[in-house]
Amino acid sequence: MKTALAVGLGVAAIAAAPLVASTYHVLLMLPFMAYAIVLLGLNLLFGYTGLVSFGHALFIGLGAYAGAFLTTHAKIRSLEVILLVAAALGALVAVPVAALCVRYVKIYFGMLTLAFGMLFYTFVLKFYRLTGGDEGTPFLRPALLGRSLDAMPKIDYLVGPYYYYSLGVLALAALVMWRIVHSPFGLCLKTIRDNPVKAETLGISVTRHRFYAFVISAIYAAVGGALLGPPTGNVDPTLAYWTHSGNIVFMTLLGGFTSFFGPVVGAFVFIYLQNWVMSVVPYWRLIFGAMLAVIVIAAPDGLVGLVTRRRPALTGRA
Amino acid sequence: MILQAEGLRKMYGEFCALDGVSLGVDAGEFVSIVGPNGAGKSTLINILTGVTRPSAGTVRFKNREIGGGGPVRLARLGMARSFQLVQVFPDLTVLETLQAAVVARLGRATRLFASLARDREVQAGALEVAELFRLVDKRHIPARQLPQGDKKLLDVASAFALKPEIILLDEPTSGVSTADKTAIMDTLVAASKLVGLRAIVQVEHDMDIVFGYSDRIIALHQGKVLADGPPATILADQHVMDTVIGKKAVTPRAPTC
Repeated sequence: MKTALAVGLGVAAIAAAPLVASTYHVLLMLPFMAYAIVLLGLNLLFGYTGLVSFGHALFIGLGAYAGAFLTTHAKIRSLEVILLVAAALGALVAVPVAALCVRYVKIYFGMLTLAFGMLFYTFVLKFYRLTGGDEGTPFLRPALLGRSLDAMPKIDYLVGPYYYYSLGVLALAALVMWRIVHSPFGLCLKTIRDNPVKAETLGISVTRHRFYAFVISAIYAAVGGALLGPPTGNVDPTLAYWTHSGNIVFMTLLGGFTSFFGPVVGAFVFIYLQNWVMSVVPYWRLIFGAMLAVIVIAAPDGLVGLVTRRRPALTGRA
Repeated sequence: MILQAEGLRKMYGEFCALDGVSLGVDAGEFVSIVGPNGAGKSTLINILTGVTRPSAGTVRFKNREIGGGGPVRLARLGMARSFQLVQVFPDLTVLETLQAAVVARLGRATRLFASLARDREVQAGALEVAELFRLVDKRHIPARQLPQGDKKLLDVASAFALKPEIILLDEPTSGVSTADKTAIMDTLVAASKLVGLRAIVQVEHDMDIVFGYSDRIIALHQGKVLADGPPATILADQHVMDTVIGKKAVTPRAPTC
């Protein structure tokens, strides 16, 4: 009940933001919603399956570049088509990557995902004709629900139709993910996270479940990645760089990987905090590094964990 | 014969852990495997449950060759096991643990969008096993917060939730107080009748448990079957009693095969 109330308030607040908040802050909500989608997927792998990927920027980049390519080179502007293509491409690339990675766990899994991420980054950087190299590719303004909105001033487009479109995609993504983690499949993922040896003796195929979780998380990352493009209007290789993979893991830890909405909260706090710290001091990485250390040591369940810790029997973790 | 092993041999380098072990388990039997430390009991259980591949020999379960087939396949064929060192899912509650087993048994482990809470069959199946093992009152407690005896019980209960035809228990009462041991065994035997289990094989050190519950005892010594018979026969065999159960110093294993 409390979760339902918090979620209801959260959605209402996001929906009301363009009416009350400054344009500047509303624009910051766009990457937040895109990252929230990425993190819902990443946490299926992280919080629910127990695998920490350091390579998911690959799929963010894949989705973003898919959108850029479609709008610039293929003259396809429909955002629905772009998101579907991003999802399909994410799944397609995730299949071989996941098939290899899920055979490993812990640091080996993390390093292997990192390696694939680096491979993709280099590809994006060097394949100049397709990707524009380090300059990137423009992501032209997508049409929403079949309506071209090119005539609108950019800001109006972003804080209006595009904003609510993103919110719709986020709500849908969250709803689907909620179903997945509360399904028999979701329960099996948790058994694998907690004790893969025991899970296998119950007849749960560990590699198969890890594989599915990986592919689903990649689809989410690609869709979120595609939504990152339009606000800036350009897609460049830093999206696929490994520090970007690190950032999303940080966001997940910040909000708390032990709760469903923790990573979403993490994305929100990360983006606004980063923005604020950058405006005050030039060394935002120094501040964030210190924050990460404090979280890992003092609040392993993240910000959401701090709020819910009073009920250790329900949500605590040893 | 539901489970049959023929000429099992397992080498670890020069060391011979099992040296030509043959055994069979009939439907309706409760078989205990006993033997001093290093006799090869754990190796045997691991081979019988498909975790370890034997160097030589075959294991047949329901007339199917299963050597090294892997635990997932065996679980689906109807063989369950519990571990010597208790294995639970620390962050899952008692009920969730049992639900996972029922989900796996019903072949619903890859249902992505179905609601677990609304799956009546899974909910009822898990609750039924919780009742059987007297864990109902603790059903919402995460496994890591359970006392040791209950963890052990949950480990066994989740194996039962698979409704297996045979169950192999590696020291079901190890690490549990003497008072709890018989309680666990009584629960286990009562539950086995209710779920239609056809056979139980256990490795056990506690001789009160072994002689109190077994239909047949297989004594292992230095990787070989020393004796195989009903409890009365084993009790009457002074040599076996001295070697396997006696309080005398156990002779060190020689690496001969």
